[in-house]
Amino acid sequence: MTEKKETKLVSVPSTTMIPERDINKPLVLEAIHLGIEFGGLKAVEEFNIGIGATEIAGLIGPNGAGKTTIFNLLTKVYQPTHGMILLDGKDTAGMNTTQVNKEGIARTFQNIRLFDKLTVEENVKVGLHNHINYHVPASILRTPKYWKEEKKAHMRALELLDIFDMADMADVPAASLPYGAQRRLEIVRALATEPKLLLLDEPAAGMNPAETEELMNNIKKIRDEFQIAIMLIEHDMNLVMGICESIAVLNFGKVIAKGTPSEIQNNPQVIEAYLGSRKEEKA
Amino acid sequence: MKVLSKLSKRGFLNYAIVIAFYLVFQILSVTGNLSSSLSGQLIPIVAYVIMALALNLVVGISGELSLGHAGFMSVGAFTGAIVATALQASVPNGILRLVIAIIFGAIFAALMGVVIGIPVLRLNGDYLAIVTLAFGEIIKNLLNCLYVGVDGKGLHFSLTDANSMNLEADGITILNGPMGALGITKISTFTSGIILLLIVLFIIKNLVNSRTGRAIMAIRDNRIAAEATGINVTKYKLYAFVTSAALAGSAGALYALNYSTVVPKKFDFNTSILILVFVVLGGIGNMTGSIIAAAVLTILPELLRQFQDYRMLVYAIVLILVMLITNNEKARATMVMLRKKISRGKGKEAQS
Ligand SMILES: Nc1ncnc2c1ncn2[C@@H]1O[C@H](COP(=O)(O)OP(=O)(O)OP(=O)(O)O)[C@@H](O)[C@H]1O
Ligand SMILES: [Mg+2]
Repeated sequence: MTEKKETKLVSVPSTTMIPERDINKPLVLEAIHLGIEFGGLKAVEEFNIGIGATEIAGLIGPNGAGKTTIFNLLTKVYQPTHGMILLDGKDTAGMNTTQVNKEGIARTFQNIRLFDKLTVEENVKVGLHNHINYHVPASILRTPKYWKEEKKAHMRALELLDIFDMADMADVPAASLPYGAQRRLEIVRALATEPKLLLLDEPAAGMNPAETEELMNNIKKIRDEFQIAIMLIEHDMNLVMGICESIAVLNFGKVIAKGTPSEIQNNPQVIEAYLGSRKEEKA
Repeated sequence: MKVLSKLSKRGFLNYAIVIAFYLVFQILSVTGNLSSSLSGQLIPIVAYVIMALALNLVVGISGELSLGHAGFMSVGAFTGAIVATALQASVPNGILRLVIAIIFGAIFAALMGVVIGIPVLRLNGDYLAIVTLAFGEIIKNLLNCLYVGVDGKGLHFSLTDANSMNLEADGITILNGPMGALGITKISTFTSGIILLLIVLFIIKNLVNSRTGRAIMAIRDNRIAAEATGINVTKYKLYAFVTSAALAGSAGALYALNYSTVVPKKFDFNTSILILVFVVLGGIGNMTGSIIAAAVLTILPELLRQFQDYRMLVYAIVLILVMLITNNEKARATMVMLRKKISRGKGKEAQS
């Protein structure tokens, strides 16, 4: 019985998460046979996925399953040892992290990585970097173009911070923000780069239920306003089941199930993977 | 408007300090109250302040370590000396010649910065420190066996000795190996040095408060996040490093053209470390601190001459005091508060 259900859910090597829905949506991201080995350890193996242009996708799995590693592969923090990544149909082989961002993937980090000594506003302006149009001579000579572009960047930064009601914290050093606000600032900074696909690595970590609820609404709002695809890693099942349209479950570097939230919730393999890992934790 | 006023307010303090410093010493000098040994130190002080600012751009803003900044100063110094001496006849105006010499000094030092920076700044890790350390030593040894002369036909170079340049009768030897640059006409003046310093401050301030400066500081704070945000790490590290090298080169030219002779040995590892000491004592990333530390610690040995035996003791005590003040959390908080108060005062004036 288990076998039967598996073949229905995981249609490898098809890359689409939910074939019925994705057929009509152009794919912004496609990963095919993606994998990486760390000195013999296969951290991620045969990862196939397709994400629609305005889809909210979830990536779940027990600790150490390889979720963050997949984000690191997609953003080229690690170079994949197998497979390929197509971004808007374009092969990202040979690109580095910077180029991948310019092509349209932005991300946040599980272990928050802000520019600590810069202010909140400056952090967002770094995100706007490739959309500010002046060069070194203009900044040294403070030409009208410099002032115009800086003013534009300032307004845009405040606008983006407003998504999370953070505009009033603009002048505060990023490091002095409370934990939840730091996570939100990472999202704003990533959005500032104008991505097609936003990767969120445990965005609700360390947040209380009220904050998580608000975050859920904001993630939906971001998708609707910016018309971008979002892929998120999260351990908070309420959040994942609440906003993800498609979910992939990872265990020991391999996808064990893909489908809609209800399909995933009822998948015995998924339940086993989670219960199994819980047993291990206890032991 | 808020941005504009906020941005323009930043860094005013540094200009004020430099101008106050200039006025005090200019008045002392005009009224005859400046000892000759101290007045001879004015241009070196300015040059070292520029060096400290340049190095702070690398260490404090870019977060890289350079242990060979005296090498860039050296390149600027000898380029400046060669250019100034070679142009002696064709450009009689001293100020103009100084400006040309400084520009050439900056360009050549910047080129060295590019040569070192391109391969090294690609790597992640503290490779810059070790390579700049080697660079400083190599430049010193190279200049020690470089001979440059000028005659009617133009510049002549040799790596063996002065005679092999085969200068014509009217030719002059500008660079004479280990004896350094000889017969330089002193064209640096305190005023021109201060103007250069103000320009350097202007460049650094405007660079830091721009998209380029933010990119450089973002890389310093978190390289991986900067990459994921679309920042080209190597490019912006290189911008900071090459700008710093150019500024150090300009300081070198100013410095060299204040003496009749300059030897390559002057710009050795000790000088590089001395400049680093200014930066660390003044507070890493703190430009105001760099100005004060470099000025105070260059003047101090002169002022302490009268204490003879106690000179080094007092110097050491001052070092410790400066370190305690600039690197102490409480003292720094007080400084920040004071600065805020000052700028708030300024803001009110501007509004009323
Ligand atoms: N650079 C690396 N070198 C060696 N092994 C690595 C490296 N990065 C990750 N791994 C290994 O890959 C596996 C997956 O790690 P990863 O961080 O992707 O897990 P995760 O699913 O994000 O877990 P968590 O929920 O705890 O964040 C782990 O066994 C980890 O030790
Ligand atoms: Mg993880």
